[in-house]
Amino acid sequence: MLEKFIWAFIIGGAICVIGQLLMDGLKLTPAHTMCTLVVAGAILGGFGLYDKLIKFAGAGASVPISSFGNQLVKGALQEAERTGLIGVLTGIFEITSAGISSAIIFGFLAALIFKPKG
Amino acid sequence: MLKGHQTWIFESKPIIAGSAAVGGPFEAQGALAKDFDLLHDDLWLGQDSYEKAEKKLLEQACETAIKKAGLKKEDIQFFLSGDLINQIIPSSFTARTLAVPFLGIYGACSSSMEGLTLASLIVDTGFAQNALVGTSSHNAASEKQYRYPTEYGAQKPPTAQWTVTGAGAAVVSAGGNGPHVTAATIGRVVDMGISDPFNMGAAMAPAAVDTIEAHFRDLKADASQYDLIATGDLGRVGHSIAGDLLKKHGINIPEEKLTDCGILMYKADQPVFSGGSGCACAATTTYGHLINRLRRRELSRILVIATGALLSPMSYQQKETIPCVAHAVSIEI
Repeated sequence: MLEKFIWAFIIGGAICVIGQLLMDGLKLTPAHTMCTLVVAGAILGGFGLYDKLIKFAGAGASVPISSFGNQLVKGALQEAERTGLIGVLTGIFEITSAGISSAIIFGFLAALIFKPKG
Repeated sequence: MLKGHQTWIFESKPIIAGSAAVGGPFEAQGALAKDFDLLHDDLWLGQDSYEKAEKKLLEQACETAIKKAGLKKEDIQFFLSGDLINQIIPSSFTARTLAVPFLGIYGACSSSMEGLTLASLIVDTGFAQNALVGTSSHNAASEKQYRYPTEYGAQKPPTAQWTVTGAGAAVVSAGGNGPHVTAATIGRVVDMGISDPFNMGAAMAPAAVDTIEAHFRDLKADASQYDLIATGDLGRVGHSIAGDLLKKHGINIPEEKLTDCGILMYKADQPVFSGGSGCACAATTTYGHLINRLRRRELSRILVIATGALLSPMSYQQKETIPCVAHAVSIEI
């Protein structure tokens, strides 16, 4: 149990270090950095490696944004298996829909309470 | 009168009859707070947008400068102003309020000295009795304009700078009392290939050095003729680069004489990264702090070199490097 916490800490931190290096070293913008991590997660997911990482490091791998890329690919592949090629289109947001919807809903609720314009 | 390649000497010595500096909440906690005529504790200034707040800062600086010169706005023949917002709306909208014939200028953060140079020229040639010059910047409005939405909270490296929220204005007159403008050197645009908008100090330092060099060359002068030589907004990073470059170019300016408005503006414990920046940085420091020191006779001759990074969000996205310019104005009492 404790071992998993430690690996979550290390892997989660390592993904963030990669993001920080992309911003500071390669001078990527925050948006480019985020996209790079999403695409990296999608590629790893496509090869079935990201789920192994989640199994190993738990939330250390599932919380960072790279996990979102993994889930996009996973949803598309699962649905493609069930319904054929059209499933790539219908399945891509299947797993991530909870995350996307809650980002919109909670964003809206926060905007009602606070002044969202800068 | 043209002297050398790029320096004007104002033989009639136009007077800075009145000048004003207005600042925001962060400036109120800064090192130069007592030199501001008006300080606001609300970043919004009671307005519903940061751009409107910036316009208000500029309007107040102009009103105060005219009042301190003992004039009314009807006495001002021309108003010259520039800022950092698209299509320089704080300046144009302030000109709408003032209803004075208006020339909009843009030199990014060098606008303060570009304006002072042109106002001095207009007065020196007799084309105006009183010319008003102003410039402004607003921290949050500039963040929106050049970087990211303010609520986004993007990270910044330590070389980044903090845009001053404020406005500075001065009335340049043919007569009256006060410090006078004796000469100005108009800078070339210098681009040393830096493309990082979070390191503007390093980008602008070569432009400042180029203009200082030209000023001394054209006037056959050196640092001994000035009590203080202040660059506009190089910050700590740019200031040390400028110091090294000056030495390399064989220009000897004693360390205690060479300073930077971006370093003077804030206290050491304020989290402003490398230092202050923005049009208002050089403007409020000059029209507030430095003019006050001249009037108190603590200084008798200063050179202000306002530095501007001539990038746009578009040029940065298209991965262009940052061209920079610096204009130097010599002020005496």
